[in-house]
Amino acid sequence: MRVNIRVFARLRDIVGAAELDRDIPTGATVRQLWDELVVEFPDASAYAGSLSAAVNTEYAKMETMLHDGDEVAFLPPVSGGQLLL
Amino acid sequence: MSFQRLAVTTKRLELDALIHCLSEATKNGESEGIGAVASFLGLVRERNLGHRVMKLEYEAYEPLAMHAFERITSEVVERWPATQLALHHRIGVLAIGEASVAIVTASPHRADAFAACRYAIERVKQIAPIWKREFFEGGDVWIEGATADPDDATAREDAYRRTCV
Repeated sequence: MRVNIRVFARLRDIVGAAELDRDIPTGATVRQLWDELVVEFPDASAYAGSLSAAVNTEYAKMETMLHDGDEVAFLPPVSGGQLLL
Repeated sequence: MSFQRLAVTTKRLELDALIHCLSEATKNGESEGIGAVASFLGLVRERNLGHRVMKLEYEAYEPLAMHAFERITSEVVERWPATQLALHHRIGVLAIGEASVAIVTASPHRADAFAACRYAIERVKQIAPIWKREFFEGGDVWIEGATADPDDATAREDAYRRTCV
């Protein structure tokens, strides 16, 4: 099955494109898709601990199972999230 | 003039447009009406972490940002039932002093309007999928804060605590 991947901000810079299509096995999860992406773009691994994801424009967990035609977004930490000291 | 309560836009933000869409919405309502309007404008600041900022570029995942704004609206109504919210975020390249985010809350009484307004901006900063790239002399950098997780109850409670209610 095929999914559409969207990436933003510095993650988009690392990938070199705002979106890309990839074929993944049936039943693959968001995390498995991310792991594939990191193999292709090793610098993206810096976001392993701080990433958010969305499926079809709603926030989703890394364990979410994907379906053919899904739009999967990988989101670096958002700009306003700094904790005030 | 925009009458949308929630928006991600490349256009200059106008507080009047947000105030207008809230007051219009309650004219024929059965509520107590509006006794207080509070507003917040976030501006592009000239200095950050000791260096001079030349401009900022904002980028959003627009459909998810709109869903995040709808979620924030629901949270506000849950805490302050008679309060209404309008929220516009600008994207694209912004110069120093320009507004990047505008929030207006309207409520029967001022305490709720102030609290809801503060809560809304804290939540925008926590969960809106919006990033800024800071341009300074000699380079640029994406500003990255915390991981966006709308289900993080601690973050939500932190935003509520900042309203000083």
